Amino acid sequence: MHRDEIVIGGLGGQGIVLAGYIMGKAAALFDKKNSTHTQDYGPEARGGACRTQVVISDDPISYPYIDNPSVLAVMSQGAYNTYSPTMRPDTMLLIDEDMVKPEKSKDTRIFTIPATRIAQELGRAAVANIVMLGFITAVSQVVSRDAMKQAVLESVPKGTEELNTKAFDRGYAHGLEQLTPSEGKGK
Amino acid sequence: MARRGPLVGEFFMNGDIACAEGGISAGCRFFAGYPITPATEVAERMAARLPEVGGTFIQMEDELGSMAAILGASWAGVKSMTSTSGPGFSLMMENLGLGIMLETPCVVANIQRAGPSTGLPTLTGQGDMMQARWGSHGPYSIIALCPSSPQECYYLTIKAFNLSEQYRLPVLVMADEIVGHMSEKVVIPPPEDIPLTPRRQPTTPPGEYVPFQPDEDLVPPMANAGDGYRFHVTGLTHDERGYPVMTAAAQDKLVRRLIDKIEVNKADIIEIEEDGTEDADVIVCSYGISARVSQYAVELARGEGIKVGMLRLITVWPFPEERIRQLARQTKTFIVPEINSGQIVLEVERCAGGKAETLLLPHMGGSAHRPETILEAIRSAVK
Repeated sequence: MHRDEIVIGGLGGQGIVLAGYIMGKAAALFDKKNSTHTQDYGPEARGGACRTQVVISDDPISYPYIDNPSVLAVMSQGAYNTYSPTMRPDTMLLIDEDMVKPEKSKDTRIFTIPATRIAQELGRAAVANIVMLGFITAVSQVVSRDAMKQAVLESVPKGTEELNTKAFDRGYAHGLEQLTPSEGKGK
Repeated sequence: MARRGPLVGEFFMNGDIACAEGGISAGCRFFAGYPITPATEVAERMAARLPEVGGTFIQMEDELGSMAAILGASWAGVKSMTSTSGPGFSLMMENLGLGIMLETPCVVANIQRAGPSTGLPTLTGQGDMMQARWGSHGPYSIIALCPSSPQECYYLTIKAFNLSEQYRLPVLVMADEIVGHMSEKVVIPPPEDIPLTPRRQPTTPPGEYVPFQPDEDLVPPMANAGDGYRFHVTGLTHDERGYPVMTAAAQDKLVRRLIDKIEVNKADIIEIEEDGTEDADVIVCSYGISARVSQYAVELARGEGIKVGMLRLITVWPFPEERIRQLARQTKTFIVPEINSGQIVLEVERCAGGKAETLLLPHMGGSAHRPETILEAIRSAVK
């Protein structure tokens, strides 16, 4: 039974929960797999610790929670500090390199992207989550590119499709550059 | 782009939104509520959707008013519902009893959070299960359903409406915060594929209508206000004409029927799901999110060669006593994980009647059980 377990962590206001929702939607509706999306957040509207969990499986999902993620993407130092101890030896760690300084670790694969900086270059820091989604899609391949793009377009506010498509593509391209050929570059 | 009717197709939505869409599909066209975490998304969705389908949304001053408003709407002939959590559910108890006494079809969704009092607003609980059964004063019977997924939030809200029309009473959808806030695929069929139970209209001419004279199944037909039928409703004990009668005999006749209309139709109302219970040494009995965690633990235990069954309660009230009695004769132990200090376990223990051991796995709320807690209990039970 194949089960992908993705955790995305950051701060309230970074669009973490929406990113998880889009990923779950892509897997369930467009890749035709089972997926469950859950979220943790505090009472604050912005700035509080925030985490989203997405389980993707070929089989029905009974337990919706993740103890040790196969993919951990973090967009704040706090999220890194909190969730990196839950990583297993083969966990893929994806970080926004301007927001997170990881400890040196030789047994985990680390992939880095300046997601927030790229989003600012595109004109809106708010699309950093979509840059990160493109990056996660390329690096982890837990969801197909087409499914994720479709889910992004269906989930973002009307009138922002072009900006979000650019954000996704930039993240995706950055991800491909980081992969070694054996890890499926160009898939 | 406004949507004009019930949605059809595959959607990725959370349990709260699925509950609201279930209401829309069931024909609910009136929602009165007061926002409260983690049920706010039900009201929010209804506020957006009801105007699109010609319905009415009212944000009331509180939950007492919300419950009163949906009763009034139902008497006017409109299918109605509300949603709430914890403290709001407590405030609805008085008028829930009025709805039972007036035999008023409507649906109340409780997306449970951890109490008592304000407790943990954003985190899960299953502490209102006995309140659902006994929370309003006086003797009565109730129907309560427990969804384990967004898909089931959709389906069980429709079922709740159908049961409320069939048996003329408020029906409770007892979800929990995890199921309410979790997103999964929800399939919404075309309207023609969704069986709906219409209101039982009087067949007698207006002059001969006796408002609380029951049909054979103990349920009276219900005229809508304004349809030309004269009727009188009161929370006081009443006769079949609806007029107050202050005697023990009238009380016995009325209240016995209010209870019996549920009890004698139990077999048609109760829905449970069993997996591997027939030859099980131990059966895990649970509901809502706890049933999903239990299912996972059961699968782990089976991997170790343990003969363990899963009994998921979809209908919690009326309680599936007959089936638990049967299973108690063929299994050794029931394990009951629930996110409270022990509520449904009391019913399981009562029905097991000493024939099988009953073990509670309590959890005070704020999260689901750890699967290994349930797995360890299963292992210990077969040692």
